[in-house]
Amino acid sequence: MYPAPFRYHRPATLGSALTLLAELGAGARPLAGGQSLIPILKMRMDEPSDLVDIGRLTELTHIRKDADRYHLGALATHARIAASAAAAEIPALHDCAANIADPQVRSLGTIGGSISIADPSSDWPTLLHLLDAQVVCRGLHGSRTIDIRDFITDSYSNSLADGELVTEIQIPVPPANSGGAYLGFKKAAPAYPAAAAGVQLTLTAGNICQTIRLALGAAGPVPVTSGDIEQSLVGEPLTEAKLQQAAAALVDLSDPPTDARGSAEFKRTMLHTLVVRAARMALQRAQGDVVKGSHDYA
Amino acid sequence: MPETLPTAAVRVTVNGKPCERQVEPRQLLVEFIREELRLTGTHIGCDTSFCGACTVLLDGAPVKSCTLLAVQADGAELTTVEALEQDGQVHPLQQAFSEQHGLQCGYCTPGMFMSSLALLAEHPEPSPQDIRKALSGNLCRCTGYQNIIKSVQTAATLLRQEG
Repeated sequence: MYPAPFRYHRPATLGSALTLLAELGAGARPLAGGQSLIPILKMRMDEPSDLVDIGRLTELTHIRKDADRYHLGALATHARIAASAAAAEIPALHDCAANIADPQVRSLGTIGGSISIADPSSDWPTLLHLLDAQVVCRGLHGSRTIDIRDFITDSYSNSLADGELVTEIQIPVPPANSGGAYLGFKKAAPAYPAAAAGVQLTLTAGNICQTIRLALGAAGPVPVTSGDIEQSLVGEPLTEAKLQQAAAALVDLSDPPTDARGSAEFKRTMLHTLVVRAARMALQRAQGDVVKGSHDYA
Repeated sequence: MPETLPTAAVRVTVNGKPCERQVEPRQLLVEFIREELRLTGTHIGCDTSFCGACTVLLDGAPVKSCTLLAVQADGAELTTVEALEQDGQVHPLQQAFSEQHGLQCGYCTPGMFMSSLALLAEHPEPSPQDIRKALSGNLCRCTGYQNIIKSVQTAATLLRQEG
């Protein structure tokens, strides 16, 4: 299978990439690791006139920490993120990065590329909701920083303007007594998950829930979240009954499609199970336990 | 689109040997390896980034060469299955897969070798779980995975003995 013909450009700097994308207009696409884009091109679901290969821009590969947040360059690969200090400090980040697809895809695939494609089954948008991540987007006329919830707008859609690129993802360092987990269910490692869920929470003394984020992935066009459900859990101990109730309420908001990965009914059952399991793991981790395993497909 | 779009230069080192070709930008790395370089040990299995039969090493890291443009590999060092046998001597991976019945039809085997090679370079003593995880992007339709895992364990032992 071959992509339709295109012109190939490999600008040396971010500035020249942005200029080129602006000049080439709507027919051009940026190419990062290519692990989502190239399959799309091979299936002829998209036939761009030009590919602008940004994959070598060293300005976008950083993974660093400042006072209160991690900065992940858009071109940080899943493999590098999984092996980073950020993943060591934030277990849910490790759960996600280390289990996206398989080693070959993780060698090349990037966090910025993944959220720019915004496949409704992809892992990063769901995970980034849990961590209150912000997305830095840059165009010819400057950059802006937007919340992940405002970035992902629909299936395969986001709020990038024409010619704008994701340059960085910022993740606040969770406070003390925090824990999180991200779990997916896949038929085989290379597949997108049939269902995914994550929980990130902070406990006060006495194991009272101080803050919590819940998210379902592959559950509709965008990650399924609910500020109201999250708020209903704050200020109380997270009992099993509370978790089951919250999971049921959140799954009610989901709209997973019936497709080759399973029926909608099957997926709703999986989403419920996964979000409860992720919450239990998050609780254990917030209390200082090292819980490994996550969603291991091997 | 006009018929005559510009071609692009691809300069790579393949199994230690420098190679240069002018190719269509849309050419996939696996086609470059098989059709331009005539190294047909790298197989096209599913052609959808799923099965891993086309796995090669790009600067030491395993990648699916059906999901990479040849131009993206420009400047890189590639290792393909042809690098394993040296002067008529099979590589410990090849010897181990033979001894442990790690293949039947053999179609997926080049990809299994390359993923295993990357694993053993980093983890000379992998656990069965390490091997399963490293091979999770390589599908086999006939042998079954038990013997493949045994083969990689045997290869690890042989490589350590070679030192």
